[in-house]
Amino acid sequence: MKRPPTIGSAVDRGLAPFRGRRAAHLLPKARFGGPIPWVIAVMVALTVLAAGGALALSNMVSSARGDLEGSATVQVIEPDADARQAKAAVVVDLLAQDPAVVGFRAVPESEVAELLEPWLGGGEGMEAVPLPALIDVELRDGTGTAELERIEAALQDAAPGSRIDSQAQFLAPVLSALRALQWMALAMIILLAFTGAAAVWLASRNVLGGNRDTIEIVHLLGGNDDQIARVFQRSILFDAIAGGLLGLVTGALAITLMARQFAALDSGMVAGGSLSALDWAILALVPLFAVGIAVYTARMTVIQSLRKML
Amino acid sequence: MSTHESDIVQFDNVGLRYGTEREVLSNISFTLFSGRFYFLTGESGAGKTSLLKLLYLAQRPSRGAIRMFGRDVITLPRDKLPAYRRRMGVVFQDFRLVDHLSAFDNIALPLRVSGVREADLRGPVEDMLEWVGLANRADARPATLSGGEQQRVAIARAVIGRPEVLVADEPTGNVDPDMALKLMRLFEALNRLGTTVVVATHDLQLLRKVPDSLIMRLSKGSLLDPTGALKYPPRRSGGGGA
Ligand SMILES: Nc1ncnc2c1ncn2[C@@H]1O[C@H](COP(=O)(O)OP(=O)(O)OP(=O)(O)O)[C@@H](O)[C@H]1O
Ligand SMILES: [Mg+2]
Repeated sequence: MKRPPTIGSAVDRGLAPFRGRRAAHLLPKARFGGPIPWVIAVMVALTVLAAGGALALSNMVSSARGDLEGSATVQVIEPDADARQAKAAVVVDLLAQDPAVVGFRAVPESEVAELLEPWLGGGEGMEAVPLPALIDVELRDGTGTAELERIEAALQDAAPGSRIDSQAQFLAPVLSALRALQWMALAMIILLAFTGAAAVWLASRNVLGGNRDTIEIVHLLGGNDDQIARVFQRSILFDAIAGGLLGLVTGALAITLMARQFAALDSGMVAGGSLSALDWAILALVPLFAVGIAVYTARMTVIQSLRKML
Repeated sequence: MSTHESDIVQFDNVGLRYGTEREVLSNISFTLFSGRFYFLTGESGAGKTSLLKLLYLAQRPSRGAIRMFGRDVITLPRDKLPAYRRRMGVVFQDFRLVDHLSAFDNIALPLRVSGVREADLRGPVEDMLEWVGLANRADARPATLSGGEQQRVAIARAVIGRPEVLVADEPTGNVDPDMALKLMRLFEALNRLGTTVVVATHDLQLLRKVPDSLIMRLSKGSLLDPTGALKYPPRRSGGGGA
């Protein structure tokens, strides 16, 4: 009798990995396809938008801070022009000696009038309106509210009717609104990640269901969980990469268009919100994360379902 | 029957129930010795497939002890089982071919799972297709094969890796007597290479084809000979046969 054409000791060759093309060949139906790349593309595009918005807001906040943090304005409100002059002089003396003040500039009356013109209307009658004396103050770095209050108290003592306002104080509500927006963007990103993972989970289960027989056979032939999971990982990897790239391009395009719209506003504050190269690099990481989440979710889904088999 | 140096499988008082139903296997105790050829017979529903499932580690028993290759496989952690499954070849009663793979790829599957390189498996798989008479059907999908052809693919897949134990559940149910004989010759040849063979069948004619075989008779979930396998030919009366 002829020897049967078997391969001896195939087993001894151990657990050589069975991945790549061979693995894909094993389970051709493991292609996710269908809506998954699109779902991932939408998720990534929305995340890129949200993250881009958050980064722009954060740039805006920090540039506004940098500009305004160190400056304040002293107003001397006194209807009588001579008394106003006198008080302004006292204030200037006081500021010159204050350790927290780095520099100051008395704003000439004509400039003040110019500043107020849009509100008060120019021309005749202007003289009748008592203008405050304004002194722009540059504060030392790191000057806090406590110090501002101290200066204000000193000013009140020396020249009643004068007050100091830091510009950061004006901006505080704006900044906190921007902060709230940033948190919202973060929350959105987290929700999107969850939704994306859930979509992949559903798709994995679906594909798994369609391949249950094959999985069981490979399992009974001695394939281990890792081998089988790899087949699915590989398949979703390609879908996720395709979807991720599409999403990144779409999101980046949307951001660029928005940036152009905002640039047209020509506002100093908005200009501070443009994205740096580092920001763009961070956005480019979004699809990478999406691919990671998708592959991990698919793997966990497959492994968990395999655990139910002996 | 306790400790023979070449015993490869030991069942000790094994019981199996599916869910909460009555036991489909009760008090099963036997020992399989390395390199022997066993038949498992019994009427339909006797529990042959259930017993083989325990053997090829697709099912855990409800009670009792099972040792294989010198290890208690019941307490074996799940991640150690694949290595044991690779040491066995199984012909499933319902074939279980992968329906989107060709005959060639189905036969190559266990080799691929074991990590045999593509260059190393091509020749043997082609020879094996030749051996089971399917050389011209290498690219055919199972759905386009006849029942008997599918069965031969299933057998080829089970033996291609020259397993230490071959478990075949009704491997000749769909083939003509000539092919059945040829397949038995294949099993015998494999057996001579050292593989322990267990064939479940209700075809009593088949038992006669393998003179050195041992016979286990199962009836209503119990082994008729509690000491395990009988030497062929069994006593004429034999209460079990279908
Ligand atoms: N998955 C299952 N769930 C519940 N009961 C089962 C299951 N599989 C088998 N059974 C029952 O276990 C008993 C033994 O079945 P088994 O398939 O082992 O018999 P068999 O000897 O292989 O029969 P046949 O010769 O017809 O293949 C039968 O009564 C069957 O109904
Ligand atoms: Mg059966």
